[in-house]
Amino acid sequence: MADVAFENVTKDFGGGVFAVDDLSLQIPHGEFLILVGPSGCGKTTALRLIAGLEKPTAGTISIGGIRVNGVSPRDRDIAMVFQNYALYPHMTVYRNLAFGLKERRTPKSEIDRRVREISSILGLDELLKRRPAQLSGGQRQRVAMGRALVREPKAFLLDEPLSNLDAKLRVQMRAELKRLHRKLGITTVYVTHDQVEAMTLADRIVVMAGGKALQIGEPQDVFSRPANLFVAGFIGSPAMNLLKGTAAAPAGTGGGTRITAGELTLYRVDVPPGDVVVGVRPECLTPGGPPHWPGLDLEVELVEPLGESALVHGTVAGQAAVSGAEEEQAILTGEPSRARLTAIFPASLRPGAGDRLRVAAEPERIHLFDAVSGDAIGSART
Amino acid sequence: MSGSTTPAGLPVAELAEENSAERSHRGSRGSGREASGGFLFSPWHLVLIPVAVAMLIPMVWMLVTSVETLHETQRFPPVLLPHPLRLANYSDVLSQTPFARWFVNTVIVTVATVAGNLLLCSLAGYAFARIRFFGRDVVFIAILATLMIPFQVVMIPTFIIVHDLGLINTLPALILPNLAQAFGIFLLRQFFRTLPVELEEAARIDGASRLSVLFKIVLPLSGPALATLAVITFLWTWNDFLWPLITIYSPGNMTLQLGLTTFQGTHASSWNLLMAANVMSMLPVLLLFFLAQRYFIRGIATSGLKG
Repeated sequence: MADVAFENVTKDFGGGVFAVDDLSLQIPHGEFLILVGPSGCGKTTALRLIAGLEKPTAGTISIGGIRVNGVSPRDRDIAMVFQNYALYPHMTVYRNLAFGLKERRTPKSEIDRRVREISSILGLDELLKRRPAQLSGGQRQRVAMGRALVREPKAFLLDEPLSNLDAKLRVQMRAELKRLHRKLGITTVYVTHDQVEAMTLADRIVVMAGGKALQIGEPQDVFSRPANLFVAGFIGSPAMNLLKGTAAAPAGTGGGTRITAGELTLYRVDVPPGDVVVGVRPECLTPGGPPHWPGLDLEVELVEPLGESALVHGTVAGQAAVSGAEEEQAILTGEPSRARLTAIFPASLRPGAGDRLRVAAEPERIHLFDAVSGDAIGSART
Repeated sequence: MSGSTTPAGLPVAELAEENSAERSHRGSRGSGREASGGFLFSPWHLVLIPVAVAMLIPMVWMLVTSVETLHETQRFPPVLLPHPLRLANYSDVLSQTPFARWFVNTVIVTVATVAGNLLLCSLAGYAFARIRFFGRDVVFIAILATLMIPFQVVMIPTFIIVHDLGLINTLPALILPNLAQAFGIFLLRQFFRTLPVELEEAARIDGASRLSVLFKIVLPLSGPALATLAVITFLWTWNDFLWPLITIYSPGNMTLQLGLTTFQGTHASSWNLLMAANVMSMLPVLLLFFLAQRYFIRGIATSGLKG
């Protein structure tokens, strides 16, 4: 067990495309760190760099304080779980688990003891004589984790380990993973594009895009205080509503700035004039709301009941802004002067399609971003 | 190794391995026509039956001739149903010639060549498939290009090398030049590239060296490709004639194919004995063909090369 560090690491696959671009990151011993981002953001490459499956073009990677740039994967003493599990198809579960120990010339009795120990932790006792093809998806997943854990590695790397499981099993395995990490305390680096996994599992998350770490922090912090427009649009589901707006300092307000985006108006003291993007999370929008809260006139298009609450989709006056994190940019807006907006209402309030109603947000929970750089301006709390 | 590339109607058996690595290159179970198991008529049969008959005639004639007397072999029109059958031809071959010696020689040469190809081609094929090194693709293309050079062109230089090594008229002369073949390197490289690379990465992280990745992960999953290479190499070596002809001259070191020529004299040929010897020399090949038919088809279908 050890800490893992990236110092200005760059990986260039040739052709000037940087999969990882000047990444610096300290992962302290025992931490559960999640690299999250859209596909192609460099998160898997970062993981493979730790594993030694890729060599960095520049920078230093160290594990346990030792520089490992030129060290082969077998000598790094790390373990990895692959997205498709990569279980050895021609070996039984027992031999799959024992393979790493055998390669490291562990005495036979010790191998047997450790395999049995890990198989009882993961509930694999009944499956030891089976081959991977005879296992269900969830069982394969557990064998893959067992194979990694049985070696008691310095660090545990997981590449989208839950993405091949069905929704129910995924939630179950997520909890199991968290328990396992608590129990064993191994430094864990976990790659996912699923922000729910990122939010629920991680001690800290790294939001990546274009090979760069856009924000590093505790999940709640990243959610509450996104450092930039990309993170704001990526973290949170449904995504944050973003509207184009302007900030101006009218005379006689004593240094305050008035920000307008469509019908929405709010005042801040720490915002320089210019083009801005106003962001409001769907869960922060309340129907009605106190009169001093900035509000919008929402025309309801569609209501999706979720049981306890309902997702209300509609349009408001104003122009939508794009964070860059959207998976599909082709979100059609009926009229260019109207922007789509999503709000979460309590289930008791179920507006019908075509209704017009006022939604408002607490001023402190409205995020502001520089329209050009995308960086967060001022401080918002969610 | 996609089985779907085999022409319709060729029986491509399922691989024994039930695993994810195999799944992508498992052959289809042939056509529905075969799956039904009955003798349903297909227009293809109009072509296939005459071709099959044409191919069987020489075999049948060989078999018939092998049980005739020398006199019967020279009759015209040919004797199609000799009576009585002269099975003594077979014992004559065994007693009058060092047939057993030739058979053993051929087995030695074939087994050594097959083993050498399996080992060396998998080492080279794996390097070309997975290891990044300077000039890899150039070297690989150069090796592939040698497939286009007919043996007759390199025969003399090879002979000179083997001669300088002092191996002329020895069995190693037949083994050494064929220990690793471009075809085998190509076949195995192509197969290795279809295996999921994550398996190898997982093994390397688990602590395996490159060599142990090859022997413990890659080769156990490459059964079909190795079998194909073994079968094709076996055939080539067993049936090779030209190279033994120019390197071996003493009867004790001859292989079967070379030994068979000694039945043909300048003035007279013992056709009946020759055919009896032929039948015996063909038996291992026939046996192999029945046992490993699917690997012949696979090898030819997947590599696009004639076996």
